[in-house]
Amino acid sequence: MTSAPALEQPVSTAESAEPELPTPVVAPESLSVKFNDVGRAFGGRTVLRNVTMTVNPGEVVAILGASGCGKSTLLRAVGGLDVGFTGELLIGDRAVSRYDERTAVGFQEPRLLPWRSIRRNIELGLPRDLEKSAGKARVDELLDLVGLSDRAHLRPREISGGMAQRASLARALARQPGVLLLDEPFGALDALTRLKMQDLLMDVHASTGTTVLLVTHDVNEAMQLADRILLLGCPDSDPAEGATVKSLVTVPGTRPRNRASQDLARLGSQLYAGLGVDSH
Amino acid sequence: MTTTLATQSAPPRRAKSLPGGRILIGAAVPLLIVGVWWLVTGPLNLFTATQLPAPQSVIEAGVGLLDGGALFAHVGVSVQRVLLGFLFGAAAGLLLGSLLGLSRIADGLLHPTVGAFRAVPSLAWVPLILLWVGIGEDGKVLLIAIGAFFPVFTSVHSALRHVDPHLVEAGRAFGYHGTRLLTAVQLPAVVPPVFSGLRLALAQSWLFLVAAELLASSEGLGFLLIESQNNGRVDRLLLAIVLLAILGKITDALLGVIERKALKTWA
Ligand SMILES: Nc1ncnc2c1ncn2[C@@H]1O[C@H](COP(=O)(O)OP(=O)(O)O)[C@@H](O)[C@H]1O
Ligand SMILES: [Mg+2]
Repeated sequence: MTSAPALEQPVSTAESAEPELPTPVVAPESLSVKFNDVGRAFGGRTVLRNVTMTVNPGEVVAILGASGCGKSTLLRAVGGLDVGFTGELLIGDRAVSRYDERTAVGFQEPRLLPWRSIRRNIELGLPRDLEKSAGKARVDELLDLVGLSDRAHLRPREISGGMAQRASLARALARQPGVLLLDEPFGALDALTRLKMQDLLMDVHASTGTTVLLVTHDVNEAMQLADRILLLGCPDSDPAEGATVKSLVTVPGTRPRNRASQDLARLGSQLYAGLGVDSH
Repeated sequence: MTTTLATQSAPPRRAKSLPGGRILIGAAVPLLIVGVWWLVTGPLNLFTATQLPAPQSVIEAGVGLLDGGALFAHVGVSVQRVLLGFLFGAAAGLLLGSLLGLSRIADGLLHPTVGAFRAVPSLAWVPLILLWVGIGEDGKVLLIAIGAFFPVFTSVHSALRHVDPHLVEAGRAFGYHGTRLLTAVQLPAVVPPVFSGLRLALAQSWLFLVAAELLASSEGLGFLLIESQNNGRVDRLLLAIVLLAILGKITDALLGVIERKALKTWA
């Protein structure tokens, strides 16, 4: 499919005769993401180059890298928010399309519409062809999942930053994405709220099984949440060349991981070294 | 969490205990002015009736005009002109402002031209309107519409230009585009600035009404002003001014009610 901007699939996919089953919050299918030599340059300045890797369906991959090295750029390419990249990017077995409906994005800022209640904000994420009653049931479930049922009627300015991020996560889950894209979703939260949100994300992943690409600059967060960690970075020799995959490591153990484990500590210093930070 | 609990269970505002308290406070100064006016014209006798008639003579003037139905005719025709001009001007401002605010192509093509027209002080159009349209009903309404157009156009245009791009992108990311994006994200986002523009436009409409009626008219509050000046009826002159103040305030308050309703839903 070419990426004609803002072109949606025809709306009138005639309502199928299948009876509407109770919709589980679980994604119907989690999808793989294949990067094949993906690169991105802005006005002649290369930001990303030669990114090649495959994210398996249902996997959680953390994208780690110094600030400004192109983490968001990579994520935006997967979500179809940015179509200026080179190379090939497949979701499942189909190329990514403009604002790809198989993905959903949780932005760094909650980006909730201030004039809508939390419930109506989550509704924004529902797929367009979903029946009204099914949509309501799904939003109810999501509100429950992120623990905002009793705040559903409030406006974004009436809730805390952590709650807003939970609402934003629920909105992203509302379309049951095959791939969930999270761009430093907990970056602006205090340490305690952040830990709670990490637990919530683990719960969400356990119950939805969706593929997750999580951008973060927090080594511990990456090690806690991810199956694999993609370290993005520039070659030390020439930073102007653009960032690429520096390393792709499998995190030892299974979630929830013991934060005090020796293996993690070793991986942690490796990653810090990769980020150019000395850790002792 | 505690903060939201606090806002949720916050007791009703103190103002509730004094219904109409704000109105009483707001009326204090006008009442004082009328009091001083009465004092200097009546008991202190500082002014002659042709310089500054007493408040009660202004009321008498009003009652006198009420008799033949002339007062209602003046008020009615002025209100009608303002409303028509405001509606046409605001509608045109909304349309053109939305078009230029949403479409880069239309903006590139038309904004310099609209900007040039805006640079012309609106009253400079009067001679041209006189020549082309005449200063009958159409000409007056047109002049008022011109006065109402620019505040609305400017506010809609710049508000749409400045809708938080993050929100627009979030809308697009969730599959919204075209009119759905417009109604879900862009229009609600511009409601507050657009209402400021509308209220400014309403004030402009009254200004241009008086301008148009001073120029040429046989009825309306502007006509009452100029006629009273010619006849030396300062009492009627003051009556017209007071009526303009009251009508301007009432129409603005009505728009304010609509604005509060809209802000409750959209902001
Ligand atoms: N739309 C854009 N136009 C020009 N430069 C951009 C654009 N988006 C990102 N960049 C540049 O690409 C680089 C990587 O940005 P980003 O992906 O946001 O980094 P990160 O998320 O890792 O902090 C930055 O130097 C940024 O200035
Ligand atoms: Mg970023």
